[in-house]
Amino acid sequence: MPQTLAQKLVARAAGRATVTPGEIVICRVDLAMFHDSSGPRRLKPMLERLGAKLWDPARIVLVTDHYVTGEDAESRAIVGLAREWAKAQNIRNFHDGVGICHIVLAENGYLRPGMFAVGADSHSPTGGAFGVYMFGIGATEMLGVVVTGEIWLRVPETMLIEWDGRFGDAVCAKDVMLYLCGRFGLDGGGYQAVEYAGSAVAALPMQERMTLANMTAELGGQTGLVAPDAVTRAYLAEAGVRESEIEITPWQTDAGAPLAAHHVFDATALAPQVAAPHSPANALPVGEFGDVAIDVAYVGACTGAKLEDLRMAARVLKGRHVARGVTLMVAPASRKDEAVARREGLLATLEDAGARLLPNACGLCAGYGERFAPEAKVISTTARNFRGRMGAASTEVFLASPYTVAASALIGRIADPRAVLQ
Amino acid sequence: MSARAWVFGDDVDTDAIAPGAWMKFDIDRLSRHCLEALDPGFAGGVRPGDILVAGRNFGCGSSREQAAQALKRLGLAAVVARSFAGLFYRNAINLGLPALECAQAGRIPAGAEIEVDLEAAAVHIAGAESLRCAPIPPFLLELLRAGGLLNQLEQRLAAARERKPA
Ligand code: SF4
Repeated sequence: MPQTLAQKLVARAAGRATVTPGEIVICRVDLAMFHDSSGPRRLKPMLERLGAKLWDPARIVLVTDHYVTGEDAESRAIVGLAREWAKAQNIRNFHDGVGICHIVLAENGYLRPGMFAVGADSHSPTGGAFGVYMFGIGATEMLGVVVTGEIWLRVPETMLIEWDGRFGDAVCAKDVMLYLCGRFGLDGGGYQAVEYAGSAVAALPMQERMTLANMTAELGGQTGLVAPDAVTRAYLAEAGVRESEIEITPWQTDAGAPLAAHHVFDATALAPQVAAPHSPANALPVGEFGDVAIDVAYVGACTGAKLEDLRMAARVLKGRHVARGVTLMVAPASRKDEAVARREGLLATLEDAGARLLPNACGLCAGYGERFAPEAKVISTTARNFRGRMGAASTEVFLASPYTVAASALIGRIADPRAVLQ
Repeated sequence: MSARAWVFGDDVDTDAIAPGAWMKFDIDRLSRHCLEALDPGFAGGVRPGDILVAGRNFGCGSSREQAAQALKRLGLAAVVARSFAGLFYRNAINLGLPALECAQAGRIPAGAEIEVDLEAAAVHIAGAESLRCAPIPPFLLELLRAGGLLNQLEQRLAAARERKPA
């Protein structure tokens, strides 16, 4: 029977030859990731109450990223607790303040095609870019995983989204996801598996595929998948994964596999997208926004400040300076990406353009520490612009790609990057 | 359980339910800001046993289970929605907060006296109709009856220890 990639991944984790969408199965977890906010601060008291041990510390990855900027005593205590707990529990896969969890997980080669993984963070579908069935769960469910090594799952249907042709200049994965949120709504993914395919997706580098998988969370999918290929293999080899540990062939959707929906889009026709406040589903082509002045431009987050994203912003800003009165902030998604960006001269470009560099952390995206001012009009590469998330109820956040955010910073109003790059 | 309905719309997100600025504090403090951006009178006005009623995709956004925990802390007995974001749904059940999917949730007026029957998967509106809901799968009903995953794990571990005395 032909199976989708999602079915194959779930079947393997459930110890079965095949699975049928809709049935409930118990899966063995290959990898569990959590961060300072969702992890130790919540798991520690529950583990103590149970008197339970971790099922396998080697399969656990802990990243501090949400509170590492440590603006106050409470934040510092949360990170301090994570550090002590990691030591006490002998968590060797502990990455402290070196970047945003989803990026740190990928760049350290933890994610390999065929795996079944969970993360105590809603953007955990990011792992799906590697052909990993990965999804977000809450801290109590994570407790269940770290004690038993298992989790239940309703076998998902698959929504296959193909992009054929080639994306135009200054159009990228973020535009794709904002477009899809606008088209299908925040529950368009129906908590099923969303698989991205087609020639335009195949041409994307890994970090762009990660953006697709990441924002499957906004689309309301449980996981977002891209079938592994030579691009995946090359990225993983670079991340230090042994060739023998990278399997490509078994992890593809079979021809004729059952699909809940199949959409084919023309990549060539996609324009840069901007989502108006206060929902990613308020996406429209950039040209449909009239004269919208902005105060702040933010290049940050797992979905918008990876090396590829920094390259996009720098391309727009090279040799130029942001408009008077506009604050541009850049928070590179990981220390590693920041180092490469420095070597490539991107950081210098961004700083010369007037950018303020922020730490490799969730920063303003999470809204847990520094926040945007009331009434501020912000254009941001982050994933969510819900009212009050990143600032006050009166703060207005527009979402866009790094190209569009950079172009808007230059002009001081929402701007089409294609016009700037001409 | 019979109680008042607090009615909200579609796509209520977890940033609204558990606002980020308060996430670093404990649940008592956080819950006082629950849904304040949508209804400033909500956290202070909820009486134990009240029920939250919402539209589509309730609880979309973050994985923070404090969203479900805050609602529970305020004393809400259940959430009835046209549909739930999958992550919130799992969190709610794991924390012992009943979540009932009801295609006709939009027929429940704000402030109505309603009664939720989890086993029968129904919502009864006092003096009016009864609405059918999607049944909660038996293993999740069991999880709810145990009071959530932490309690269930505790019971299971205790049972396992009894079977195998050290
Ligand atoms: S950067 Fe934002 S979206 Fe990404 S993990 Fe951090 S808070 Fe979540």
